[in-house]
Amino acid sequence: MSKKILLNSKDIEIILHRLACQLIENHNDFSNTILIGLQPRGSYLANRLAHLLKNEYHVKQLQLGLLDITFYRDDFRRRDVPLEATATEMDFLVEGKHVVIIDDVLYSGRSVRAALTAMQSYGRPESIELLVLIDRRFSRHLPIQPDYRGRQVDAINEEKVLVTWNETHKKDAVYIELK
Amino acid sequence: MSELSVEHLLGIKYLKSTDIDLIFKTADHFKEVINRPIKKVPSLRDITIANLFFENSTRTKLSFELAEKRLSADIINFSAGQSSVKKGETLIDTVNNILAMKVDIVVMRHANVGAGVFLSRHVDAKIINAGDGTHEHPTQALLDSYSIREKLGSVKGKKILIVGDVLHSRVALSNIFALQLQGAEVKVCGPTTLIPKYIGSLGVEVEKNLKKGLEWCDVANVLRVQHERMDIKYFPSTREYTQLFGINKDILDSLGKKIVIMHPGPINRGVEITSDVADSNESIILNQVENGVAIRMAVIYLLAQQVKR
Repeated sequence: MSKKILLNSKDIEIILHRLACQLIENHNDFSNTILIGLQPRGSYLANRLAHLLKNEYHVKQLQLGLLDITFYRDDFRRRDVPLEATATEMDFLVEGKHVVIIDDVLYSGRSVRAALTAMQSYGRPESIELLVLIDRRFSRHLPIQPDYRGRQVDAINEEKVLVTWNETHKKDAVYIELK
Repeated sequence: MSELSVEHLLGIKYLKSTDIDLIFKTADHFKEVINRPIKKVPSLRDITIANLFFENSTRTKLSFELAEKRLSADIINFSAGQSSVKKGETLIDTVNNILAMKVDIVVMRHANVGAGVFLSRHVDAKIINAGDGTHEHPTQALLDSYSIREKLGSVKGKKILIVGDVLHSRVALSNIFALQLQGAEVKVCGPTTLIPKYIGSLGVEVEKNLKKGLEWCDVANVLRVQHERMDIKYFPSTREYTQLFGINKDILDSLGKKIVIMHPGPINRGVEITSDVADSNESIILNQVENGVAIRMAVIYLLAQQVKR
């Protein structure tokens, strides 16, 4: 199995700063905006961005939620390995808010579709945007595109994009692996 | 582990402790779901569930029905009172007719011991036992343990006293299996006539004195006196039962410590438990009911994962 590095920690830091600035451009002081990280992997990116916005860009009010989409997936009973749920931490409603869904890799678009369904349980948001660190082009099964992207990648289907974080692997990096 | 080791939920005695852990972990997620403004997830859209209640039930039936609806399953309900069972149809015939309508999961309560096991051998559907005679009532035991875990942090090492009509209670037997599997200590307390003769073989001690039992335990699970199952007189009078085995505020105050009070319902207020105890802060009776929905959602969800497409 060959593994090649796509982004190192410096690249990721630059990208995170850019994404934070792009969010500020569209959402001003975030008073009517909610960031939602998709559990489990999108939550690391969401937490990182929230930390950056608060500490480096002095955004005072920032609402961050973590959403588990297991029970909303369309591949229940279609997988070899059963799906395992993670905790949802959403102690607010999204009614009338601008929501930014955050995930690490956008591939088929099915997780995002499940997230859109899950979001309905928390009210009717004013708008929903999508932010991803890695956008795998030409691999979508659904008409879903990101509003903010870290890096676009043309990986073939036999390849896997692996994102590691300081919190989990002691290293920020993005790799492309041949399965 | 993310899959149950069993194909049906027929009783706690068929489960491993890892199964209980998985059910509790899944129930945690569903408990969060049922406290949302919109308390429903679409996971089981393509699953059909039949609720077959050959014996009366209010709470369990409602709880199962709600759990199924929260998971978006399609459901059909059946009560023996209004059915062809009265016309002499056998259990297998009744169930096979229902399965011909393409049902994936059957939730069944039946007055006969082992009805669930029997059914699981003869029909092609996942069976969930919602109470079979005086044998087992697994989802009740699971929600009881789950409620203890929620209140006290864990079940392991805790001392649980089961008080009352143990002989006729499927809740007692399932609870004993579930609690022991999770490393808790169990004692039973009640009139000798209502304690099964061979209870010792399950590793359960009998305590004849209620006060001593309550002093020993962390949790008292109070059972209902099941008048409807008593074909003979098991104790002289309800009044005497209440004096010897009824839980009231005075006896709890005399303990010098707080214990948790549980009851699977329905309560005979003033018989096995007084109203001021049932409605007190120590009582987690209504938490048990809320947790019942989350536990049943977890069990149904985990079994539905195994339904073949």
